Amino acid sequence: MGMIDQYIYDGTFEGFLSAVFEVYERKPLVVKIVSERIATENFFDEEHTIYTDQVKADRVWKGIQTKIGKKAGDWIYRAFLSEKPDRERVLLRIIKKGFLGHRVTEDYADVDVLRLSNLVKMVGREKHRMDAFVRFKLTKDNVYFAEIEPDFDTLPLNAIHFKNRYADQKWLIYDRCRHYGVYYDLHKISYVKLEVSKDINTSEAAPFYFTHDEMHYQDLWKNYFKSTNIPSRKNMRLHLQHVPRRYWKYLSEKQP
Amino acid sequence: MNFERIKEKLNILADAAKYDVSCSSSGSKRANKNKGLGDSSGMGICHTYTEDGRCVSLLKILLTNHCIFDCAYCVTRKSNDIKRAAFKVQEVVDLTINFYRRNYIEGLFLSSGIFKNADYTMERLVAVAKKLREEENFNGYIHLKSIPGASDELMREAGLYADRLSVNIEIPSEKGLKLLAPDKKREDFIKPMQKVKNEIIQYKSEKKLIKSTPVYAPAGQSTQMIIGASGETDAEIMYTSAYFYKQFKMKRVYYSGYIPISYDERLPSIGTEVPMMRENRLYQTDWLLRFYGFDIRELLNKEHPNLETDIDPKLSWALRNLEHFPVDINKADRRMLARIPGIGMRSVHKIIQARRYRKLNWEHLKAIGISINRAQYFLICDSATFETKDRTAAQLKSLIIGTSGSKWRGAYSNQLNLFGSNAPLTTS
Ligand code: SF4
Repeated sequence: MGMIDQYIYDGTFEGFLSAVFEVYERKPLVVKIVSERIATENFFDEEHTIYTDQVKADRVWKGIQTKIGKKAGDWIYRAFLSEKPDRERVLLRIIKKGFLGHRVTEDYADVDVLRLSNLVKMVGREKHRMDAFVRFKLTKDNVYFAEIEPDFDTLPLNAIHFKNRYADQKWLIYDRCRHYGVYYDLHKISYVKLEVSKDINTSEAAPFYFTHDEMHYQDLWKNYFKSTNIPSRKNMRLHLQHVPRRYWKYLSEKQP
Repeated sequence: MNFERIKEKLNILADAAKYDVSCSSSGSKRANKNKGLGDSSGMGICHTYTEDGRCVSLLKILLTNHCIFDCAYCVTRKSNDIKRAAFKVQEVVDLTINFYRRNYIEGLFLSSGIFKNADYTMERLVAVAKKLREEENFNGYIHLKSIPGASDELMREAGLYADRLSVNIEIPSEKGLKLLAPDKKREDFIKPMQKVKNEIIQYKSEKKLIKSTPVYAPAGQSTQMIIGASGETDAEIMYTSAYFYKQFKMKRVYYSGYIPISYDERLPSIGTEVPMMRENRLYQTDWLLRFYGFDIRELLNKEHPNLETDIDPKLSWALRNLEHFPVDINKADRRMLARIPGIGMRSVHKIIQARRYRKLNWEHLKAIGISINRAQYFLICDSATFETKDRTAAQLKSLIIGTSGSKWRGAYSNQLNLFGSNAPLTTS
């Protein structure tokens, strides 16, 4: 029985690209790229640790962009952010097919292309939701602060959107599931590792962190949300389809 | 800021503005400038949805609900006994900026009752927009309602600050207007539309010559018609709509099912159901005209002055024109593909791309995401099994309604998804 080679990488996109580089370099017969977060001991597979290497990653990325196309590159990155367990397998196959000249953003009847396009769609939809559902609160340090818990790791995509939009205010968006944030300081965005206390949202703690006017604006927004509703057209099914309950937690208009 | 007072005004003036269904905030291309605030260059975003499922994208308010007119269909009408309020210009500016900075909204949609006269009112609307742009360096979206009868000069200025301008025609026919808003004349609506259209054309052509020419209402103009208040047929409504699209280069026409707000006997009585299904069918028709290449005369005409309520207008057309089917998925052009019931424009696009690499069969079509239930009777593909039986339109209709499991479920039946995820009521 042939051994399967497991390439274990650190879970970052650069790490994944480095692993792809090694696949082309070492040409294993059967290979599985696995993020260290989900790697499990397995007696039949041979494990190799892949070290993230910016130079190798850049080479693969450039290759993808020039040989397979910019759009394909964008799709591959977005699909990667889905964090789905099959992402490495699908993306490696897509990259291989792409380098062989297959049109991986067009042939929707191919199973891998279809899966890729579905992942891209899922991530895109979640990214769009976060663009919409972020609710900033003004802290006493004059930073607009928001928390999110997206289904996928969309924050890097959201960061670009918010940078273009809020160029004249400092802001910080914190991903509470993944324990990191993006901070904009009026000049550039930077990724920050931080822990934010859970009590920040409680009504006792809020006055300590946020400005006095902040509460008033949340209150005005809640009122606006109520006033703009037309009760005789009520349609909760449609409402929930657009704003599923799991997102309510951070929506000011949905707070009691 | 006196928050209690503002809250009270906001409640009154948002409540009065909510009957305008437009909430679109896209199509502007106004990018962030000089590191200021805001950006409206992308697709509009719905930041939340009301409990009736409508997109909330803009802060939609009236400047005031004082009004000298008495249009029967309007809550703000002079004779209505309601609380009145008025915002100051600066109050609207502050609310907009503070909501925008918190990512609640894409911008402002400002309309107003008419106080004193048309120009006096329009001047104040323009003042809000001007302040936002010039003092706050605001690049978010601004939609201003043009007040019927406002001067050309004010309309010109409005377009320099606003992304979109609109005048609501409200009543689709002249006879209806005469009955329900006798002090209003159709020309008062038409004149500002014509003005805006001309300015857009003129600014565009000047911009070609001189780069620094400012943009004028980059998201164009729109209008709204109330459905079911004045007895028009669907054909009358949609022919009016088609005329507006053509004549004034409208970006959007909105259809708003009449919500009974008055005991006036010229109007449907309070308690009458809002015609939501009809509204939905009109939006679907509108989409077929704008994106699917249909001509209005194919969908509505003397023989068919009203849309069917139990099936969507595309299926309805297909059943009346069975001689065009079945369509060969692997050969047909874009136009015919788009006419197959159960296939949306996105699937059309995917089919055209995918069939370059192989002949498509049922499995492929399923994977692409077409609605097989509907489409199966109208197409052939690269499979051996087909619906070969010759069926009459009536038989097909009952088969399709039967299998889609969604017969007529009453006015609240949620069929807004027939055209994919872009429900017509969301921002476009
Ligand atoms: S002029 Fe406008 S606000 Fe005044 S009653 Fe007529 S529709 Fe309503």
